[in-house]
Amino acid sequence: MLISVQQEDFDVSAITRQLCAQRKDVGAVASFTGLVRDQSPTEDLVALELEHYPGMTQKALESIAQQAMQRWDIPDLAIIHRVGKLLPQDNIVLVVTISAHRKDAFDACAFLMDYLKTQAPFWKKEITRDGESWVASRASDEHAAQSWEDK
Amino acid sequence: MLKLLYFASLREQLSSAQEQLELDQSITDISTLKQVLAQRGGVWQAAFEGSDIPLLVSINQQMAGEDSVIKDGDEIAFFPPVTGG
Repeated sequence: MLISVQQEDFDVSAITRQLCAQRKDVGAVASFTGLVRDQSPTEDLVALELEHYPGMTQKALESIAQQAMQRWDIPDLAIIHRVGKLLPQDNIVLVVTISAHRKDAFDACAFLMDYLKTQAPFWKKEITRDGESWVASRASDEHAAQSWEDK
Repeated sequence: MLKLLYFASLREQLSSAQEQLELDQSITDISTLKQVLAQRGGVWQAAFEGSDIPLLVSINQQMAGEDSVIKDGDEIAFFPPVTGG
């Protein structure tokens, strides 16, 4: 399990190679990369500031990862979340899951993202030319995470 | 002694990132801790009593609720709903 909260960028191919190394039973890799998107009304995003709770983020991500590994047949996974100041189109988050077959890899990857969005202590602040504002949480993210409980 | 942490918009609203608080007998769980903090008035009252945004809380880096029991030495963090990913 590779879980990292870091300022530095990440390389999807390098992480994927690392997860799959020496694993002849892996036939599927699913990955999700989240990017900094300009969602400010005036489309003048200068930067995104990612704050987190350093003592808790790693633990929260590990807990989410363990839930995914119990629920699906995924021998390994990676979650990387960046913090600090990021620019438009920068990478923010990466989730990679590997499995024998695609369904487990796809489902586990979606679950990890849905849970991460509602349970890991990260907060985004948008810095535009006009000033700063905290990004509001979305009810749709809450519903997406909730829907896994009913499956 | 409790270690209290505040994050993101709440940290800015309170102008405080962390503090130590003496644990006295009026504080038994998260609900009573919030009452004690709200009694400070001003921004504290606004944040812990009448806030539109539901505050989340953790005890020792685990998500907790209003009736979660507090003991001496706990690290308690209050924060707005998370927006990572």
